[in-house]
Amino acid sequence: MTRTGFVVANLFRKKTRTVLTVLSVIMAFLLFGLLQALSHVFSAGAEFVGATRLVTTARISFTQPLDLSMQPKLEAIPGVARVTNSQWFGGVWQTNTPIFVFAVDPSSYHDVYPEWVMPEEQWKVFANTRTAMVAGKMVADQYGWKVGQKIPISSNIYPQKDGSKAWAFDLVGIYDGKDEAWKKQTTQVFINHDYFDEANQFGKGRTNFFVLKLAPDANPEAISKTVDAMFENSPDETKTQTEKEFNLSFVKQFGDIGLIVRWILFAVFFTLLLVVGNTMAQSVRERVPELAVLKTLGYSDGSVLGFVLAEAVALCLIGGLTGLALATVLGGMVEKATGGQFQLPVDAFVWSIGLATIVLMSMAVGLLPALRAQRLKIVDALARR
Amino acid sequence: MLKQIGAITALNIKSIPERWASSLVIVVGLAGVVAVFTALLAMRSGFESTLKASGRADEVMVMRGGSDSEINSAFDRDSSDIIEQAPGIRLDADGKRLASAELMVIAELARKDDVKNGANITLRGVEPAGFALRPQLKIIEGRNFTPGLRELIVGRGVTRQFQGAEPGKHVRMRGSDWTVVGVFQSGDAYESELWADLNVARTTFSRTGSSSVLAAIDGADGLAKLKQNLSADPRLSVDVISQQDYFSGQTRQFRQTIGVLAGVVTAIMALGAIFAALNSMYAAVATRSKEIATLRAIGFGGLPVLVSVMIESLLLALFGGSMGALIAYVLFNNLSVATLGQNFTQVVFNFQVTPALVVRGLVISLIIGMVGGFLPAIRAARLPVVDSLRAA
Repeated sequence: MTRTGFVVANLFRKKTRTVLTVLSVIMAFLLFGLLQALSHVFSAGAEFVGATRLVTTARISFTQPLDLSMQPKLEAIPGVARVTNSQWFGGVWQTNTPIFVFAVDPSSYHDVYPEWVMPEEQWKVFANTRTAMVAGKMVADQYGWKVGQKIPISSNIYPQKDGSKAWAFDLVGIYDGKDEAWKKQTTQVFINHDYFDEANQFGKGRTNFFVLKLAPDANPEAISKTVDAMFENSPDETKTQTEKEFNLSFVKQFGDIGLIVRWILFAVFFTLLLVVGNTMAQSVRERVPELAVLKTLGYSDGSVLGFVLAEAVALCLIGGLTGLALATVLGGMVEKATGGQFQLPVDAFVWSIGLATIVLMSMAVGLLPALRAQRLKIVDALARR
Repeated sequence: MLKQIGAITALNIKSIPERWASSLVIVVGLAGVVAVFTALLAMRSGFESTLKASGRADEVMVMRGGSDSEINSAFDRDSSDIIEQAPGIRLDADGKRLASAELMVIAELARKDDVKNGANITLRGVEPAGFALRPQLKIIEGRNFTPGLRELIVGRGVTRQFQGAEPGKHVRMRGSDWTVVGVFQSGDAYESELWADLNVARTTFSRTGSSSVLAAIDGADGLAKLKQNLSADPRLSVDVISQQDYFSGQTRQFRQTIGVLAGVVTAIMALGAIFAALNSMYAAVATRSKEIATLRAIGFGGLPVLVSVMIESLLLALFGGSMGALIAYVLFNNLSVATLGQNFTQVVFNFQVTPALVVRGLVISLIIGMVGGFLPAIRAARLPVVDSLRAA
């Protein structure tokens, strides 16, 4: 019998116990995978950001509009390659489903965000058609929108001149992301700011965000300081952040999701440690005479320690990997079911933390029983003392 | 029969200290499940009760049609004047209309625990009637703002969670300095806001109108009367809803989110705990197989054995569940946190571990204990007497 075979045989001599222990480990790592993915989404939702861009908003809050007349001043700053703007529309699909609709300037937006991929002629149509809108692939797929349709979208903020909040736009293009990460972000809808500005009842020439694309050698920090200094003490004081910082602070508004997740995981793993630890201790206790026999046969203390440790590692590894795999599948199902609106990516990052946890975990539960096995004195053990 | 059950159960329970390690697995496992479940739902009930306390049935919110929340709504001054003069609004003792046009804008303050990222705070510009409409609101420190001056009073929740909002401090907004002159308490969602004079807020934020009108309604048919009058007016397009309905609508999303989170997490943890409990109870039965066989040999029935194992599992589960509820209570009850509300601003609220939640947690732990004890109990009742006595 090989050493591996010996470990496997030992695992299966109490089938019920092994199976139940592995099942609880699976549950723990399933939860671990899902919660890590959740907390990852909330702590680093900004990682897909590509080129260096700065976002300028009103200092008081990004919900406070800024004057469009600021744009030429921003464009004149050395190191700023291109500036675009975007305004939150408060879009609502059908009766109650909020969607991400922004009123943008099509041509500069296209220049600043090359990550959105759409045929050039569609970009042109978007720029030249007042009532045009373009939609991300994910949102278009979810609601079954086709190019050429007139899409009714209401705004929960802006009424048109006639007081009606029911708007409608011509879908002239569907954009996709340039790579996997960006493809998953195609949940936004863009409409023409010029048309919006003209048709909406109040607040002319305002926008929520300016996005500054920087020249390759520009210093983002210096430029953000320059911008904010430029508008200091004016009613339109600004706050300029890198795109990543901006996304992060946006997400942080929801409160400390990471903290809640950490508390839950702490409770889960404390319990798990006890469950698996107890199983291991029990199985070693039951086998003290056998271990003594092994030592009598000439197995070194080290290899007896190895046997016990290997059992712990096997338990945690089988349970942990299965749990993480389940989490990956479930996360994918959640993403599909919500049409990508809610993403739970159990990705390489979550897996690597998961693997590290499996290793730590098996050491924590295996080491004490293994040391006990290693230190057994043959005579005492055989005499069951 | 009852006597037999009693005897075996007593035997089992007295022997728990000898097998404490595996019994502890059940206790800790269930403590974990119940603590997490209770804590998550305590968050939900705290948020709900904070917003519920804000809403009165005899007051109405008037917002622009289709706005859903105050932040999306806006009126010009003419509209709010028309609304304030509409029939159906109650008068106060001096014969003044109990209606307040209010402007809601978003300001940004830094959290106490996170200096770098600002959090959105509601700044509310109110008319004097705004205070009469909220009798629960009291200034507990400093004084009220002086109309016409750039002065602020801040909710108690804001001073607890965010920086720079204590009396005497200055808050910078849109190129101008505001002085914090007082702190107010109201026990509801308004505690998460900054309040200022309506007209000063209008000038600072270059707004001419307001976001909503809050009004007290006159008598039982006041709401219907006001609604009818305002919707008949061709100059207006507004939604009129009771303040209570407004705030309860504002909690829907949060309720759903936390409900789903608590459901999924509890379900997975409960499954894990059931496997752990099964494991421990099987082990408990296995270590006692000789005793059980002896009992059976001297005439004890199978059912008492089964029941006694179930009782042991249920007791351990109940104990674990109570520990969990206690942990949740000690760690989280009244813990003050803030999250994003429907207005896209922070709502400060306290976790609330209510008796109803504790009961639900204990019920869950009993169900887990029952499931975890059942199979081992059957095995115990069916132990072959002769083999068990012979073994080891």
